[in-house]
Amino acid sequence: MSTLTLGKALNTGLRKAMEDDPKVVLMGEDIGKLGGVFRITDGLQKDFGEARVVDTPLAEAGIVGTAVGLAMRGYKPVVEIQFDGFVFPAYNQIVTQVAKIHARSRGKLPMPITIRIPFGGGIGAVEHHSESPEAYFAHTTGLKVVAVSNPADAYWMLQQAIAHPDPVVFFEPKRRYWDKAEVDLDAAPPPLFSSRVVRAGDDVTLLAYGPMVKTALQAAEAAEAEGRSLEVVDLRTLSPLDLAPVEESVRRTGRCVVVHEAQTTLGLGAEIAARVSESCFHSLEAPVLRVGGYDVTYPPSKLEEEYLPDLDRVLEAVDRSMGF
Amino acid sequence: MQTVVTNVQTREFVITAIAHQPPVQDGRPVAPSSDPTTARTSLATMWKIRRFEEAVDDLFARGLMHGTMHLSIGQEASATGVCLALRERDAITSTHRGHGHCIAQGADLTRMMAELLAKESGYCRGRGGSMHIADVATGNLGANGIVGGGIPIAAGAALAYKMRGEDRVVASFFGDGATNEGAFHEGLNLAAIWDLPVVFVCENNKYGMSFSTEFSMAVPHVAERAAAYGMPGVTVDGNDLDAVHAAAAEAVDRARNGGGPTLIEAETYRWKGHSKSDKNLYRTREEIAEWRERDPILAFETKVTESGLLTAQDVAAARDEATEAIKNAVREANAGVDADPGDLLDAVFAPLDTQDVTR
Repeated sequence: MSTLTLGKALNTGLRKAMEDDPKVVLMGEDIGKLGGVFRITDGLQKDFGEARVVDTPLAEAGIVGTAVGLAMRGYKPVVEIQFDGFVFPAYNQIVTQVAKIHARSRGKLPMPITIRIPFGGGIGAVEHHSESPEAYFAHTTGLKVVAVSNPADAYWMLQQAIAHPDPVVFFEPKRRYWDKAEVDLDAAPPPLFSSRVVRAGDDVTLLAYGPMVKTALQAAEAAEAEGRSLEVVDLRTLSPLDLAPVEESVRRTGRCVVVHEAQTTLGLGAEIAARVSESCFHSLEAPVLRVGGYDVTYPPSKLEEEYLPDLDRVLEAVDRSMGF
Repeated sequence: MQTVVTNVQTREFVITAIAHQPPVQDGRPVAPSSDPTTARTSLATMWKIRRFEEAVDDLFARGLMHGTMHLSIGQEASATGVCLALRERDAITSTHRGHGHCIAQGADLTRMMAELLAKESGYCRGRGGSMHIADVATGNLGANGIVGGGIPIAAGAALAYKMRGEDRVVASFFGDGATNEGAFHEGLNLAAIWDLPVVFVCENNKYGMSFSTEFSMAVPHVAERAAAYGMPGVTVDGNDLDAVHAAAAEAVDRARNGGGPTLIEAETYRWKGHSKSDKNLYRTREEIAEWRERDPILAFETKVTESGLLTAQDVAAARDEATEAIKNAVREANAGVDADPGDLLDAVFAPLDTQDVTR
């Protein structure tokens, strides 16, 4: 057992992945000498050399495009996108090349690329530095998308994503980078593409991923003081979705609330609501409700707390669900 | 020479004849027009490209082929000259106008035609089509429907070779339109700062679909842009096989020996429209006729027969060989099994047991 911050758990996971497989190569802006803006790659260039931890110019499309060529020739590139909003210059490469080449070549050209993206707000940054672009990627056939919420998942899921043969867009909750927890470095991890119940309850099923899992757990705790029992599911995988634990839970509670930072309109919550409504129709006591960001450009840091879903907004949705 | 490649997806064994080895004498590249064997094979390659595309044009016109296609008739010398300068284990990235690159790099004509006809026996089991053929066995990392799409991919493949210490080179084909894309800038800059073994080959055929380079660039030559990346840039007559080959051989040699990338601009012209829907409203008949006068194949035939290197019979034999090969390819490809829509999902993701593939 080690006590690690989420950031250090990612760093340790990257180190382990590089030790385990010489084909793993890291690329990104300021990841070498600086160790990354959030220090996730701290010390790795010193230990693995400049050929395996590659400092690149500011060229997101070039970095991801180059990673495609590396993957075609036998490497497993791990690309760091410095901030969520910076992935958009690379969006073309991810959607037109990374996601499609395996299918286009009928498997002759492998694409084992991991694209790490620190996402979400809450660190006093601004637009382009606080966004939640996961739905764009979950919508794209050929990509797999995961989001971690805690240090143990950060450590294991990053290694699993790197070892996985398909492209994985890996979302890291940047405001939770400094959260600490015990991580069992020897425990067998659950499968990468699986959801998990992280708090048992009977009244309402609360779904969250990434930074919102902590918020959902806090909401469940506050609700307990008011005599309500909330079950919290950490989705972990956004594409493919693993809704079996969700459906099992909703069939018991009859109520479901999805929480994410991304704008509510056409977010992951919309897809989940549609699927849960279809699969659990006869068990539902209330419509599936969504708590998400507003349809506005990400606000300046002074106002971001107004934008981000918090305890009150989650509990208000729980109240509404119970009121049906 | 033959190489056996295992396709991990289908577990089929693919035997591929490698069509070319760069002709070398005393360590120096031999011009195609100075060696009878190279002249003959180069001529046959150029004719195969032309006959292949004429057949494709015909199949489309008769409604026997679907989708769209982009023909490179009139540009055969640039693909042939560049690929002739590559060695067996080198790679290329190609474009939407990529039949010539694929053939010059040694693709099997039947499997290629089968790909365009959406047959299971095609290079990508009929799912890639004209614009997305990838023939990994000959080092063709794929045609690409995105203009400029292959440029950073070529840089990445070259980075892989450099990391592994292999003396392999990547030639990246693209058109003049691609040089105005961001991917061109990022790809060339990365290749330059990392001294990657890439030869960037711009086939400047004067038009990005309908838009003339006269209006799309503020400099007369694409090659001038090389200066911005600190790499050599050279403009050659893209319809002169010897000129293309000489520039490519020098660039390939520099790349292989750690000298970094080169930008070659091969000035050429596509006789046909951008794609099958093109009505040629943006250029004059006179201009097209003028360029047809500069037929790269005819120019090479004239050169080698006038010098006495090949006879008129040799030239006719090369053309006949190509015509026959394409006829066979169409016939054999047509006999193949149609791609099954029921299998569309099967390669969206990798099967789990392909994790440890090294290429």
